[in-house]
Amino acid sequence: MIERIVPLHIGSVDISYTNSALLMTIAVALITLLLVAGTRRRAMVPSRLQSIAEMSYEFIAAMVDENIGHEGIEFFPLVFSIFMFVLFGNMLGLIPYSFTFTSHIIVTFALAVFVFLVATLVAFARHGIHFFSFFFPPGAPVFMAPILVPIEIVSYLSRPVSLSIRLFANMMAGHTMMAVFAGFTITLGLFGFFPIAINVALFALEVIVTALQAYVFTILTCLYLRDAVHLH
Amino acid sequence: MPQLDFTTFAPQLFWLAVSFVVLYGLMRWLALPRVGQVIAGRREHLSRDLTRAADLKTEAEAALAAYQKTLADARAAAQAALRETSEKLAAEAAARQQQLSATLAAQVAAAEARIAAMKEQALADVRGIATEVGGAVVEKLIGASADAAKLRTAVEHAAERAW
Repeated sequence: MIERIVPLHIGSVDISYTNSALLMTIAVALITLLLVAGTRRRAMVPSRLQSIAEMSYEFIAAMVDENIGHEGIEFFPLVFSIFMFVLFGNMLGLIPYSFTFTSHIIVTFALAVFVFLVATLVAFARHGIHFFSFFFPPGAPVFMAPILVPIEIVSYLSRPVSLSIRLFANMMAGHTMMAVFAGFTITLGLFGFFPIAINVALFALEVIVTALQAYVFTILTCLYLRDAVHLH
Repeated sequence: MPQLDFTTFAPQLFWLAVSFVVLYGLMRWLALPRVGQVIAGRREHLSRDLTRAADLKTEAEAALAAYQKTLADARAAAQAALRETSEKLAAEAAARQQQLSATLAAQVAAAEARIAAMKEQALADVRGIATEVGGAVVEKLIGASADAAKLRTAVEHAAERAW
């Protein structure tokens, strides 16, 4: 539920600072804190916090390198920001009474469209008009073009939709299910033990899902950027 | 469904844009270079240490080889000196031995010559005495002195028979 903490308006546009915005701010602050405070001592033998910072760095760096290639290094900060933002958004939502901003379709859709636009712009910048050859698979017979090209265009345009709905649906479903079982706990009184036990298991599952969905979102971002850089 | 409440879209989009831009800026220009620097620094440090360890190992091996070479040289020199000295000593000893045996041989020869001379002398003396004794015996027995030449011949004969 979106709650306006500080109502704000620019002209007629509502830009109130909501609980969603608060969680985004917390996520940005925590990510920055993790990376900056973690590497504060620049230790040869890293502390726990520094290990987490370095592992996330090397994890995303390896993903970018494997999926986009060496020229993908320029997208590394972007991919890293997306991964950390989605991961922290998902994870912070697991804290009771907090809010999951990635469970709102408008947020995931905006992120997905942003990724889509970046990929498309990169593709145009790299390949110019040649980019349109992406919609016709190489080696296919020419007479198939009337069928293949529309299919490819539709599949390309549906990328932001599938990317955003996957993340949104997973987050909303998982977190809603936990809320539902938590509700059962109260209505069942003494027998509320069972929904709690289920919720404990669900919580473990949700922790995995949050990390997995962040990973999926990020790797698909990498794949779209790979297509943009290499076309086929 | 709160997700489809369109009135919340504008504030969500606005703050998403603000947060993400801030996050991207912080990551791009502050956090990621720092972490990258730390990782690169460690990698460099490790490779530097490894290179130094390899250098030290090569140095130690060189030192060992030099030590072994020095040792072998010293041993060879010692053996050469030993051999030379023993050869010199052996030569000296042989020379001394030879000299000694030559001296001894000369002395032996001189002694033998002296003995032979003395023996000759003694034999000659024996014959003179025998001749004298024979002359005296003959004079006592027959009262006349015997012929000296005959006596000497008889003594010669007897001496010849005696040895």
